[in-house]
Amino acid sequence: MKNGIDLLDRVGEVPVAGSVSKFIKQNLGILIGFATLLVFLSIFADNFLSWANMVNLMRSVSTNAILAIGVMLSIMLAGIDLTCGALVALSGVVAVLSLNNFGLPLPLAIVTGVIIGVVVGLLNGLVIAYTGIHPFVVTLAMQSICRGAAYLAAGGQPVTARNTAFTALGNGYLGPIPLPVVYMIVLFFLLYLLLNKTRLGRHIYALGGNPTAAKYSGINVVKVKVFVWAVSGLLSAFAGVVLASRMSSGQPTAGVGYETDAIAAAVIGGTSMYGGVGRAGGVFIGVLIIGMISNGLNLLHVNSFWQYVIKGIIIIVAVYFDMRKNKGNVRTGF
Amino acid sequence: MTQLLEAAPSFLRTDENIVDSRPKLVEMKGVVKTFPGVKALTDIHLTLHQGEVLGLLGENGAGKSTLMNVLGGIYKPDSGSVYINGEEVHFDGVLAAQEAGIAFVHQELALEPFLTVAENIFIGREVKNKAGLVSQREMETQARPFLRMVGLDVDPQMMVNSLSMGQQQMVEIAKALSLNSRVIVLDEPTSSLSENEVENLFQIVRKLKTQGMGIIYISHKMSEIFDLTDNVMVMRDGCYVDTVPTSNTTEDELVHLMVGRDVENYYYRTYNEPGDAALELRDFACGPWEKPVNLTVRQREIVGVYGLIGAGRSELFETVMGLRNGGSGTVLVHGNEIGARDPVRMQQHGLAYVPEDRKTQGLFLFGDVMFNTSIASLGDFISWLRVNERKEKEIVVNAIETLNIKVSSPQTRVGTLSGGNQQKVVLGKWLATKPEILILDEPTRGVDVGAKAEIYKIINELAAQGVAVVFISSELNEVMNMSDRLAVMREGEIAAVLSRDEFNQDVILKHALG
Repeated sequence: MKNGIDLLDRVGEVPVAGSVSKFIKQNLGILIGFATLLVFLSIFADNFLSWANMVNLMRSVSTNAILAIGVMLSIMLAGIDLTCGALVALSGVVAVLSLNNFGLPLPLAIVTGVIIGVVVGLLNGLVIAYTGIHPFVVTLAMQSICRGAAYLAAGGQPVTARNTAFTALGNGYLGPIPLPVVYMIVLFFLLYLLLNKTRLGRHIYALGGNPTAAKYSGINVVKVKVFVWAVSGLLSAFAGVVLASRMSSGQPTAGVGYETDAIAAAVIGGTSMYGGVGRAGGVFIGVLIIGMISNGLNLLHVNSFWQYVIKGIIIIVAVYFDMRKNKGNVRTGF
Repeated sequence: MTQLLEAAPSFLRTDENIVDSRPKLVEMKGVVKTFPGVKALTDIHLTLHQGEVLGLLGENGAGKSTLMNVLGGIYKPDSGSVYINGEEVHFDGVLAAQEAGIAFVHQELALEPFLTVAENIFIGREVKNKAGLVSQREMETQARPFLRMVGLDVDPQMMVNSLSMGQQQMVEIAKALSLNSRVIVLDEPTSSLSENEVENLFQIVRKLKTQGMGIIYISHKMSEIFDLTDNVMVMRDGCYVDTVPTSNTTEDELVHLMVGRDVENYYYRTYNEPGDAALELRDFACGPWEKPVNLTVRQREIVGVYGLIGAGRSELFETVMGLRNGGSGTVLVHGNEIGARDPVRMQQHGLAYVPEDRKTQGLFLFGDVMFNTSIASLGDFISWLRVNERKEKEIVVNAIETLNIKVSSPQTRVGTLSGGNQQKVVLGKWLATKPEILILDEPTRGVDVGAKAEIYKIINELAAQGVAVVFISSELNEVMNMSDRLAVMREGEIAAVLSRDEFNQDVILKHALG
């Protein structure tokens, strides 16, 4: 066919993955929002741009960032993961308890905390894949189970970590950068690789976009679902252990409502609740926007109760504009 | 004649060869509609008289649906005018068109599955009782006469999702009647109906016609056009081509008008000496029938599978592929017995199944052509966090070229493509896996004439290259012309396997009906 070379050229116009211009093009809407917020806070909030505040900001978003990765993946399958906040509490409590009461060596205690998350995530994934119960219901129930388990294990009280080395996990630095920020960056890079450089990543897009066609295309639907919720559990638990380390204690009340911010970051970052659409970079900016709202409003001395209200409004506005941008592309018309 | 008409200035290109004294229900003049980057309609004329069934013919992408959406108030035309009963109208939405008496029965039915028949008929104008609450009983009473008019013998209290496709269509028509519609647009109404349901639909259409209603009938099936319509209007590439009285035309002429050239060798087949058995089913039983099926498909051979809707054709091969649970008996691929069957493993054994319903089972509509054609063969270019982009592009460009998919770039979203091109994308996805056994389930359903011919040619080529092909179809002409052998299915079993010299319409139908 005569236009063969022509076509190959045109494939080249838009690289399959990477490149700054593609990133900007894909995330234009929220980048504008992000930049506006940045400029506004730089002008009106003293110290916003100071190194100390930047470090503080990045550290404060790290927990939400790690949760948002798992939540985003579950949303990409047109599902949800509401277990993450409760899992933050459970894994923190379990890690500290295994350190204090069972005398496990530090690395093993950390792994135990994380494994709890993997087990819970696997259970979520298996129940969702095999029973067909909606992920909202399954993970909501699991949230309740995990929260209860955290209280039961801790005896209703925060458990203080007696091993001081444990606190380094969350409070240490790599050069000038706090460790939680390092974890966040590494995990987002892994998310990027998963979505763009692996078969499993494409299977996630496919399964989220059209589950029936995914099955007919020879995609192992059960495997993809179990993977996504297991990874989400793992990440929540890891975030929980890091948080417990920062607070030097496992607190059964930790992480209440964290799923809200994680969902907000994913959705502001352009992840479609209908499934099949989502980008690592977008969600990262979503996380930063959520973090900047809290941080900036604190610097501006806005009553923290108002922060909830303002965050809510921003979520709706951001998603509305993202939807308008995608109109005609996704699920509209005939 | 046609060439002359094409060359003539637009004011001459009207339906001057139709002389009809009946009052005009609909008249569209010089309608133009542009979408960003595409001129969807150029200077279209349409006239529909009282009591007329007007066939609307054209390849996918010819602009039929766009034109009907203009008539149905969904799109506003850029220029041109629409007259209903001689009065110019400017619809600003579906409701306005509905009030003017225009009803649109979409190809994909637009009923609410979890509402009752009566609720669907009166949706948006629910009948209320004195207390201002919706009265189920009153709605059901009012629905009954309309259901009788379309010969639908179901309880108006029934949930729509428990009705067959044909019955649902009748509910749509009943709804149109209840709206006092004078014009009904039927968009490929028979694509998912059984033969009985088709016959019933035709009777209703004829009855409505005698009552003075105007029907616009969109279809790809020539037999239906000749059966049902008074006049046929042909469109091509968004342009008006011609309107001809059905009794004065032939299938060849219509195809010529649609395609703009003669389609030679519509069915394309070169016969080969079959090779070794590729796929064998031995006493394979599945579905509610549990009847043993025996069938062998050899390399370089096309085995047609014909049967009425509900004969268990798709069920059989979906079970073989592991897409459905169950199935007992033996499946052999190249002589080796297959143990556990699931879609992933069957693909590794060299099987590919192109499903019946491309929109729900075949395509990722949000994704581009690149994503869709490569999704089943990712292993060829992704490994260990490395994406071989060169290889990926090759797969896509190869699919676009061998299948002649009409796209502006591999980044075109498949949701925007015509039916024929979408079908080619699904086919391309499976050809990229280099299958040795290719099962095609209704590969030309809802595909226009030009694309059909191309698909036949590709299937023939694959067989010649050694692929064993199973060709499931409910179009008798198609399977008779494309198959080496034909398996006729009835109630979950193979009633007969006929060889080429035994192909005969009556014999095949007799086996299919039992």
